[in-house]
Amino acid sequence: MSTETAPATDHVDTAHDDHPPHLQHHFVSSEQQFDSAKLGMWLFLVTEILLFSALFVAYAVYRNWNPVAFVEASATLDWQLGFVNTLVLLTSSFTVALSIHYIQKNDVQKSVISLLSTLALAGVFLVVKYFEYMAKFEVGIFPGEAFNPTGSYEYLAAIQYVPQFFSIYFVMTGIHGVHVLIGMGLIAWMASRAYRGHFSDEYYTPIELTGLYWHIVDIVWIFLFPLLYLV
Amino acid sequence: MNDSGSFWLPEAASTVAAEIDGLFYFVYWASAIIFVGVVAAMVYFAYKYRRRDPNDRPELVEESRLLEISWIVIPTILVLLVFTWGFQAYITLGTAPPNAYEIQGEAYSYGWSFVYPNGAETTDELNVPADRPVKINLSSREGDVIHSFFVPQFRVKQDVLPNRYSAVWFEANQTGTFELFCTEYCGTGHSAMIGDVNVMPQDEFDEWVDGAVLDEDAMSLAELGELQFQRNGCQGCHSIDGSDGVGPTMQGLHGRDRDLQDGRTVEADENYLRQMIVEPTSQVVEGYRAGIMPSFAHLDERQVTALVEYIKSLDDE
Amino acid sequence: MEAAARAASDKHSEPKTYLNHETSVWEWLTTKDHKKIGIMYLVSLAVVFLVAGLLAMAVRLELMSPDFSIMSADQYNQTFTLHGIMMVFLFIVPSIPAILGNFVLPLQIGAKDVAFPRLNLASWYVYMAGGIMTVAALLIGQLDTGWTFYTPYSSQQGSAVIFMTAAIFVSGFASIFTGLNFIVTIHKMRAPGMTWNRLPLFIWGLYATSIVQVLATPVIGITMILLILEQTLQIGIFDPALGGDPILFQHFFWFYSHPAVYIMILPAFGIISELIATFSRQRIFGYRAIALSSVAIAMLGFLVWGHHMFVSGQSAISSIVFSLITYLIGIPSGIKIFNWVATMYKGSVWLQTPMLYALSFLFLFTIGGLTGIMVGVLAVDVHLHDTYFVVGHFHYVMMGGSVMALLGGMHYWWPKITGRMYSEMLGKIAAGLIFIGFNVTFFTQLVLGSQGMPRRYYEYVDRFAGLHQLSTIGSFILAAGLFLVLGYALHSLFYGKRAPQNPWAAATLEWTNVAAVPDPHNFTSTPLVTRGPYDFHKADEIFGGGDGQASGDGAGIDEDLLSPPEAAPAAPGDEPKQ
Repeated sequence: MSTETAPATDHVDTAHDDHPPHLQHHFVSSEQQFDSAKLGMWLFLVTEILLFSALFVAYAVYRNWNPVAFVEASATLDWQLGFVNTLVLLTSSFTVALSIHYIQKNDVQKSVISLLSTLALAGVFLVVKYFEYMAKFEVGIFPGEAFNPTGSYEYLAAIQYVPQFFSIYFVMTGIHGVHVLIGMGLIAWMASRAYRGHFSDEYYTPIELTGLYWHIVDIVWIFLFPLLYLV
Repeated sequence: MNDSGSFWLPEAASTVAAEIDGLFYFVYWASAIIFVGVVAAMVYFAYKYRRRDPNDRPELVEESRLLEISWIVIPTILVLLVFTWGFQAYITLGTAPPNAYEIQGEAYSYGWSFVYPNGAETTDELNVPADRPVKINLSSREGDVIHSFFVPQFRVKQDVLPNRYSAVWFEANQTGTFELFCTEYCGTGHSAMIGDVNVMPQDEFDEWVDGAVLDEDAMSLAELGELQFQRNGCQGCHSIDGSDGVGPTMQGLHGRDRDLQDGRTVEADENYLRQMIVEPTSQVVEGYRAGIMPSFAHLDERQVTALVEYIKSLDDE
Repeated sequence: MEAAARAASDKHSEPKTYLNHETSVWEWLTTKDHKKIGIMYLVSLAVVFLVAGLLAMAVRLELMSPDFSIMSADQYNQTFTLHGIMMVFLFIVPSIPAILGNFVLPLQIGAKDVAFPRLNLASWYVYMAGGIMTVAALLIGQLDTGWTFYTPYSSQQGSAVIFMTAAIFVSGFASIFTGLNFIVTIHKMRAPGMTWNRLPLFIWGLYATSIVQVLATPVIGITMILLILEQTLQIGIFDPALGGDPILFQHFFWFYSHPAVYIMILPAFGIISELIATFSRQRIFGYRAIALSSVAIAMLGFLVWGHHMFVSGQSAISSIVFSLITYLIGIPSGIKIFNWVATMYKGSVWLQTPMLYALSFLFLFTIGGLTGIMVGVLAVDVHLHDTYFVVGHFHYVMMGGSVMALLGGMHYWWPKITGRMYSEMLGKIAAGLIFIGFNVTFFTQLVLGSQGMPRRYYEYVDRFAGLHQLSTIGSFILAAGLFLVLGYALHSLFYGKRAPQNPWAAATLEWTNVAAVPDPHNFTSTPLVTRGPYDFHKADEIFGGGDGQASGDGAGIDEDLLSPPEAAPAAPGDEPKQ
C-alpha cells in the first residue's frame, strides 16, 4: 500500500521556474492534484447515485404494491418522446467525450465546438421534456394534490396509486431536469474558459470532471426511461 | 395500583411478562458482569501502571492472539444466544392465540376508544377479562397521525397507524388497574393521551360488558351528548372541570363572552357552540391554535344537538 | 482566538504562526487554511451546543416535578424538538470531523492542507446557511415534530417544518463536502512514508466516518425534499391520508439516521485511541483490529436501520434480520473497548484531563453499548421502545461517547490549537463534575424508561416523580461542569501559559513535527515518516517531551522548546516494513 503515498518527485515543468500556474500550493505535483480532483468527483457522483436511489426505492415499493396502476399510468407517457430524449442524451455524452479528446490533443477550437454541441443537445432534451410536461398539465395530470385528470384521462382518477406514480414521475424527472440545468451551466462555463485559453493538453481537469458529471446525468436517465416509460 | 415491581421493571401482570423479564435480567446480568470487568480492569491498570516518572519508558507489550480471539468469540456466542431467545419471545408476542377475545381499538389525537364484540364502547378505558388472551385490533382515526399502544405492566407495545390495522395481544394474569400510554409522539396532547386498563375476573367482566351496551335512541339529549363527547374524543383536549387543556374547558362555556383571534367578541350561545363543532376553524378564541381540532360535520343532527345540550348542562357548577 | 493571536504578535520575536498571520476578519472569513476553518467551526458549533444545551436544561426543569411548570405543552414540544434537531443535525454530526478533523487531519498525515481547501471553506458557509434557516424555522415557530419528523404528523404541521427540513438538506451538503474532502485527502495527500498501516487511528476513524457521510447523507437529503414536497404539493408518498406509506418515511429516515449515529461515534473512537495510547505511552493494542473494525462498523451500519422500527408494524422477518445484524455490529465495538483497556496494561498511565475524559468515555460508552444490546433484543425492545430507556441509551452513546471524546480531544489538542495551556486542576474538577452529573442525569433515565416512562411526555404520572427530580438535579451538575470548561477555556486563551511543542510527549506528527503554534503551512519541511503512530518504544529517543521537561501544565518550559522543531530524522535501519 505504500506505493499509494504521494510521490515526492516534483513535476518538472520547463515553462516555469517554480510550478505550473494551475498547481495549487498544497499539492506536490500536477498528478497529485489531478488524481485528487478525479477521486473527489467520483465520490461526489456516488452521492448523486444515492440521491436518486431513494427515489428508485420509492418507485419499487409503490410499483410492488400496485403494478396495475403503474402500467396504466405509464401507458399515458409518450415513449417515443422519451426514446428521442434518450438518443439526445447519449449523443451529448459522446460530444462531451469528444471535447475531452480534442483538448487532450490541444485542439481548443474543436473542444469548444464539442462542448457547445453538448449544450445544444441538453437544450433539446429540456425542450422535449417541456412539451411532455405541458401535455400532462393540459389534461390535469399534476403531481400531488392538484392531480385531477380530465377528458380521456379521467379513468386514471379511479385507479388507486396512480397519483403516486405521477408524483414519482414528476419528482424523478424534475430532479433529473435540475441536474441537466446545472450540467448546462457547467458546460457553458467550461466552453467559455476553454475559449479563453485556460485549458491545454497539460491541464484540462475541469473539463474532464464536467464530462464525468454529464455522464452520470445521462446514466440516471437511462434508468429512468425504461422504468417510467416502458413498464 | 400495587407497586410490587423491581428496581428496573414495573409489576409483571401478563403471561408474556415473565419471559420478557427473564430475558431482560439475563442480558442485564451478563452486561453487568462485562461492565464491571471492563471498569475494574481499567481502574486497576490506571492505578497499577500509573506514571511514576516523566521518563517512564514502558516496554513494548506483545499482543496476544489468544486474548483477541477469546474476546471476539465469547461475546459473539453470548449475543447469538440472546438473539435466539429474544426472537422466539418476539414471535410469541406477535402471534395471538386463536381463541383470543377480540376488541377493536381506535387511537386519535388525543385519546383511545375501544369497541367490544357486543357493541359496548369505552373511552380512555380498556376493560379486559383476566386469565384470557385478549387481542386488540388497532388503527388510528382517518387522517390522524401515528400513535402507539403501550401497557408497561404487560410489556406490550404496538404502533397504531392510520389507514392500516395492527394488532397487539396479551393475557393479563393479575386483576387491577394498569396504565395505558401513547408512546409515539403525536402532538400537543401526547402526554395526556393516557388511559386505564382494568383487568377484572371473567364473570365480573361478562357482567360489565353485558350491561354496557347502549341504546342511543332511548337516551336523553344530554346523556347522548356525554356519550358523543367521549366517543369523539373531545375530552382529550377539552376538560369538563374548568382546568385548561389543549383546547378551552367546557365548564361554564355556554353563555360566556369569547374574545376571538380576529379581535371580535362573541357570546358562546347555542349557535356558536354548534358552529364550532361543525367548523372549528371559523371563530378561534384568542390563545388557542386553529387547525388542531378537526371538523365534526359528519355527526348527524341529533348528535350535534346532543353535544350542545351536554355542553350547556356543564354550566350548573 | 484573535486575542491570542494579537497577544502573540506583540512579541516581535515570535515566529510566524497561523494565528498571527492574516488576522483581519475578512482574511478569516475567506481563509482556506484548514486550521482556521476548524476554529470557525469550533465557534459556530459552540454556540449551537450552548443554545441546544440550554434548551435541554429547560426540558429538565419542566420535568422537575409533575406539578411544577415553566411552559405550556406546545412550548415543551418545541423545546425538545429543537434540542434534538440542533444537537443531532447541527452539533454532533459535524462536531468532531468539522472541528478536530479539520484542524488535525492534515497535520497528522503530514499534508499542507486538505485536498480541496475552497470546498472546505464552502462547507462552513453551507453549514452557516443551514444554521440561518434553522433560526428562520425558529422564528416562524410551531416546530414540534420531534427530531425524527415522523409522517404524517410532520406533513400536517406548518411551514416551520419546511424551513427546518430545508435546513437539514442544506447542512447535509456541509457534511458531504467535509467527508469527500477527507477521503481524498487521506488517499492522496499523505506524507512520504505515511503508509496505511502508519495512519494514526484518529485518521482511520475519520476515514470510516467520511465514507458514511458520503454514502448516507444524500438519502436524508432526498427524504427531506420528499417531505417538503409532501407538505407543499401533497405528493402522497408518505401521508397515509393520500395513500402514502408513513413506514416508508421511517425506513428512509433511519437509513440515514442510524448510520448518522456512526458518523457521530466513529471519529470519537479515533480520538479515544489517540488519548489512551498517548497517555499510557504504550502502542495501541490491536491497531489493525481497531482500524478495520471502524470500517466494518461503517459498512454494517448501513444494514441495521430497521432496529428502530421493531414495533412500527414492519414485517417480523425484517425485524429479525435487523436484530441479528445489530448484534454483529456490537461485536466490533466491544473489541475496541477491550483493546483500549488492554492498551493500558504495563503502560505509564498519566491521568491528565484528556485521559480522564478517555476513561469516562470507556465507562459511559460501555454502558451505552450494553444498553444498546438490551434494546436490540427483539422482545425486550418491545417493552423499552420509545421510553426513557432509549433516551438514556442514546445519551450514553451520543453524549457519553461522542461528546466525552470531543471534550477529551479538545483538551488534548487545545495547546496545539491555541498555543496555550489550560488549568489542569480546573480541568480535572470539570471532568469529575461532568462524569458525575452525566450519570445522575441519564442513569436515572434508564431506570425511568424500563419502569415504563414514555419519551416526549410533557406531564407524567406520579410514580415517576422521584427519578425525574434526580435526573434534573444531575443535569444541573452536568451543566455546572460544562460551564466550568467554557470558563477556563476562555481564561486560558488570554492568560494561559504558553504551550510547549509537545506537552503530552505524543508520537504523532502534529506534536513531533509541528511548532507549538503551527505555521500557516503546517510543516517547515515535508516530514518523512519512518515509524508507526504509537511506537513510543522507538520514538522516545527521538523527540522531546518524554524527558520530563514538559509536565503537561506548561510549567518549566524552556524558551527554545517554543521554536519550530526539525523534522524527525529517519532512524537508520528502521525502514518501512512494507
